[in-house]
Formats: sequence, C-alpha cells, structure tokens
Amino acid sequence: MTETGNGRVGTGRRRRGARGERLMVERAEFTSYYGRPILKEPTWSSVDIAGYFFLGGLAGAGSVLAAGAQLTGRPATARALKTSSALAIAGSAAALVHDLGRPGRFANMLRVIKPTSPMSVGSWLLAGYGPAAAGACASALTGRLPRLGTLATVGAATLGPAVATYTAVLAADTATPAWHDAHRHLPFVFAASATCAASGMALVASPVHEAGPARRAAVAACAADLAATEMMTKQLGLVGETYEQGKAGRLMHTARILTTAGALGAALLGGRSRTAAVLGGAALLAGSALTRFGVFEAGVASARDPKYTVVPQRSRMASRSEETDPAASA
Amino acid sequence: MAQDTDTSGAGRRTGTLRRLLSGPEPEPAEDAGHTGAPARVGFFTDTSVCIGCKACEVACKEWNAIPEDGIDLTGMSYDNTQSLGASTWRHVAFIEQNVVAASLPSAQDHSDVDVFALASGTEPGTVGATEPGDGAERDGVRWLMSSDVCKHCTHAACLDVCPTGALVRTEYGTVVVQQDVCNGCGYCVPACPYGVIDQRKDDGRVFKCTMCYDRLGDGLEPACAKACPTESIQFGPLEELRERAAERVEQLHRRGVTSARLYGHEPDDGVGGDGAFFLLLDEPEVYGLPPDPVVTTRDLPEMWRHAAYAALGLVGAAAAVFLPLPGRRSGR
Repeated sequence: MTETGNGRVGTGRRRRGARGERLMVERAEFTSYYGRPILKEPTWSSVDIAGYFFLGGLAGAGSVLAAGAQLTGRPATARALKTSSALAIAGSAAALVHDLGRPGRFANMLRVIKPTSPMSVGSWLLAGYGPAAAGACASALTGRLPRLGTLATVGAATLGPAVATYTAVLAADTATPAWHDAHRHLPFVFAASATCAASGMALVASPVHEAGPARRAAVAACAADLAATEMMTKQLGLVGETYEQGKAGRLMHTARILTTAGALGAALLGGRSRTAAVLGGAALLAGSALTRFGVFEAGVASARDPKYTVVPQRSRMASRSEETDPAASA
Repeated sequence: MAQDTDTSGAGRRTGTLRRLLSGPEPEPAEDAGHTGAPARVGFFTDTSVCIGCKACEVACKEWNAIPEDGIDLTGMSYDNTQSLGASTWRHVAFIEQNVVAASLPSAQDHSDVDVFALASGTEPGTVGATEPGDGAERDGVRWLMSSDVCKHCTHAACLDVCPTGALVRTEYGTVVVQQDVCNGCGYCVPACPYGVIDQRKDDGRVFKCTMCYDRLGDGLEPACAKACPTESIQFGPLEELRERAAERVEQLHRRGVTSARLYGHEPDDGVGGDGAFFLLLDEPEVYGLPPDPVVTTRDLPEMWRHAAYAALGLVGAAAAVFLPLPGRRSGR
C-alpha cells in the first residue's frame, strides 16, 4: 500500500476516480493511513434512526397541519392527522429506544438537560410533545374532553415544528462531513421533507373536499424540498457527492422522483380523484422516508472515506493561511 | 498559559458561552464545576523516539482489563491493531515510506559492508567509507511509528453531545465515560472529530481511554506512559508538557529534522487544544489523524438558529396553505 508519488510520499495515496462527472473545486489528491477512515461512522441502525427522523417529521408537521385543519373546519383531516402524529411519535420513540445499546437505560435520557446535546433537547421535546399529540388524538377519536383536546392540539402544533427540525441539528452536530458541513441547509431539508410526509398523510387519509390545503402544502413542500436539497448538495462541494453517489445517491434520486410525482399528481388530479390523492399522498410519504434514508447513508459514506475528512480540512487550512499570509499562497 | 483569554470585565460575560463551546479555555475542569482542581494533565507523545514496541497497547489492555477485539493480519506494516476503538485505547501506527535515502538523517549506505570480514578483522575500516552522496540514487525506507490515543480535547464533542451526562470532565481535565450511566445511544461516536470513541457491540455501551483515571487518583502515571521504554509517551501537567514539546521540536529542527512538527498543542485550534498531543514527522493524515479537526458544537448556535428559521418557515407555509385563496370559496 506504500507508494511514492511526485516527490511527496504518503501511505494509501488515492486519486479521485475518473467516475466523477463534474469537476470539483477542491484538490483531488490526499494522503491517508492505508485508506482507512479517520472518523467512526455512526453505530446507529439506518432503519431505526432514519426511521426516527422520518416518523418525527411526519408527526411534527402533521400536528401543525392538524391544528390548521381544525381551525378551518376540516374535522376529518384534523382527526386523521392527529392519529397519524400520535402513532408516528410513538413509533419514533420506539425506534430511538430500540437503537440504544442499553434500551433498559432509556430513562437516563431525562437524567440531565443539556443544550449542547440535541439528543437531550430532543428527548425533553418528545417528553412534552408525545403526551400532547397522544392527548389530541385521544380526544379527537373519542370526542371526550374537547377543551383539553384543543389545548393538546395547540400544544402539539406549537412543539411540532421543533420536533420536525431538531433531528436535523441532531445529525449536523457530529463530525460526519455530509451532516456537519450541511448544518445550515439540513434543517430546511428536514422541515420540507416533514411537510411532504404530513401533507401526504393528509391526502391519503382525508376526503377530497377537505384536502385543498394538503394539496397546496404538498406542492410547496415538494418545491422547498427539491430546492433545499439542491442547495445543500451544491454548497457541500466535494462532500456533496456523497448525496449523489452510491446507495445514498440512489435513495435521494428515487426520493426526488417520488416526491415530485406525488406532489404533481395530487395537485393536478387529487382535487377530482380520491384514488389520485391517495396515490400522490403515498408517493409523498415514501419520498420523505427515502430522503431521510438518503441523508443517513450519505453521512455513513462521508465518514467511511477519509477523502471527505482530509480534503475539506486541507482546503480550509489553505484558505486560512492565504488570509493570514497572502504571499505564502503565491 | 500565555494564551489571551479575554478576562477583561466587559467581554467576559458574552465570551463565556463561546468559550465553553470553542476557542481557548484555560481551565476546563474549573468550568465543569470542579473547584480547587489539580493542574490539568495530559500526554505528550513524541513519535520521533517511538520504536513501535506496542508496550503501551499491552499495558493499556492489561491495566484496564479490556477484552480482546479481533486478531487479524492486515498487511499494514506491523499494524495489526488497525485503529482506536471501544476495546483499543492505544494504537500504534506503522508507516513505511519509500524516500530518497540521502534525505534520511542517517544517509549512509551500508549495503556493501561485509560484516563477516569486519568481524574477522581482515578488512578494517569499511564502515563509513561510503561517500554521503552515494545513497542519492537509491531508495531508502523511512519508518514512522506513532502511538495514538484519545485526545481528551479541551472542547470534547463526545462530552458535549452526550444526552445522559455519562461523559464527564474529570478534575484532571480529562474526559471519561461513566459506565454506570451510559445507555449506548452512540451519539458520541460520530461526534468525535478524531474517530476515537466507539461502541462495544456485545455490551451496548461506549468505551474509550480514561487516561487511567483510577491510577491518577493514587498519584500514578497512566499504564501506557509507565510502560513506554523510550519515553515516547510522556505524562504530566499539560503546561509543562507543552513547554517540553516546544523545546523538543526546536532541538529536532536544529539537528536537521525539519519535518518535526507538533500536533494538537495549540489552545486556539479547532478543539481548544488536545489534552493528548503529539510530535509528528509528517502530515497528520499520514498517521490517520485529521489535519484540522473542529469540535462540532462550535457551530451549534448556528445550527439551532437555522433550525428555528426552518421551523418558522414550516409554520408560515402551513398558515399560508390554510388561508382561503382569493377568488375561491373557503372550505374547499
């Protein structure tokens, strides 16, 4: 594995393959220790954690749409979304506990409050949001305690947007290049993807005459999702290719197709055909789930290859020394 | 510490939060709530005298009763340990480099020396007879060895992101996992910018170097430093080590080893300086170290801010789609 190349010597030197279609700004050459990763990839199971991101988004954004539906007199939509939010957040919490190395110690999550730990903040958020979503659902389904139910609906709608977006901070607050370096865009990707899922659920579960806002939300969320993902990938530079290649690339690509098809189908045909609305909604839900799996896999891929650790850090150092000493770069 | 830490009254309050997340932080143990803490301790690993004996790896395993974690022949020189992990808290890297022999500190070519003739005394004086320039066309091998370890960062991402408070800053300024608290969420694993901490799959919890916390309490040095036969691994008060390291790198430069450089010693680097820092003879990435690590929580305020914008955007969009469209009947 030891190689000698143009004066500089390194172990496991690698050159970017001819596969890359577009030219990257960063220099392609780098050195590593036998090509081994510098960072540890997440120990998380993709089903648990990407699933937890997806379900949290579906729940959080769903609570917001549910409150909107209730306020504007769309009881069937409100009921459906409250139910899906309660179930989704329960599933989300279950996935989180299932992923723990010591599930029996789940309660330790509420042992401290740490603003520096998005997972701690999220645990407390779920501790508040979960009961609110469950209460809103229970009241809507049974028709009992309507005032408490309204309070819970408002509470869930207030915490919902935080539930839908904090997971982006959770992922970004790591050393994983594809997540950390996207920390400005990832919350928007997650918020848009969450709204895609929630509007999809509304389309699947509510009657056509109530689903006007869901169709508009689907189109807006789809546009936001495509734009935010595109901006994120562009801004990431070299690391952006982890969202375009391999397993993550396939997931993101399929997600884009499903999301776009779902939103267009719902917008164009969903107002007339219940079948089209259901199909469009299902496509939006699937697209949102695949987006989260794609983001997860991009993170894993970016941690696995030392290129994504070394090259961006090197170019950061180069631009820093250029700033302090312009002559040195000449 | 000679570092400027902005202790002027005005800037102090606003600087506190920032200081806790990134940048120079002279007293991490005090900031963590330890009053009257002892001097911060650390490791200075001088790789220029490492002989690759792996005594540190063995001593660490023995003292800390770390389980076996796989026996492989990797083909990576003499490195069959491969990397730091849940059950590997010291890892000796071996790098074989083909270099121009003349560039080596000992550039003499001994290939034509007949040791048997020397031993029998029939051919005296061959040693050193070669011209120094002779090796120029011939390839030589440079062997780099370095014992890697948890850096015990001033701003430790693993500690910052730990949701249970299992990871703590000790009174010595080191970073330790409380094994009775850790619930195996695994958040610290991708958070570490050095890829040090990891989960033991069969156990579920995460493990890493404790800098032999149990030995420190008894006034002993960590097992790896104790076992190191060449004092490549030096343990002591961090400030003292930093001074010693600066002297050592200067000494090496004077001797012509211009490739010697310190890594992780600066209190104003991306992690606020490492509690365990190194003297290296090549770029950090050659040893599998990140060239410019940054604690992820440095950007956390910005992450929360963007999450807030995104959440507000979600609420705004939801409000907009429920508004009755102009020219249409509401309720549609």
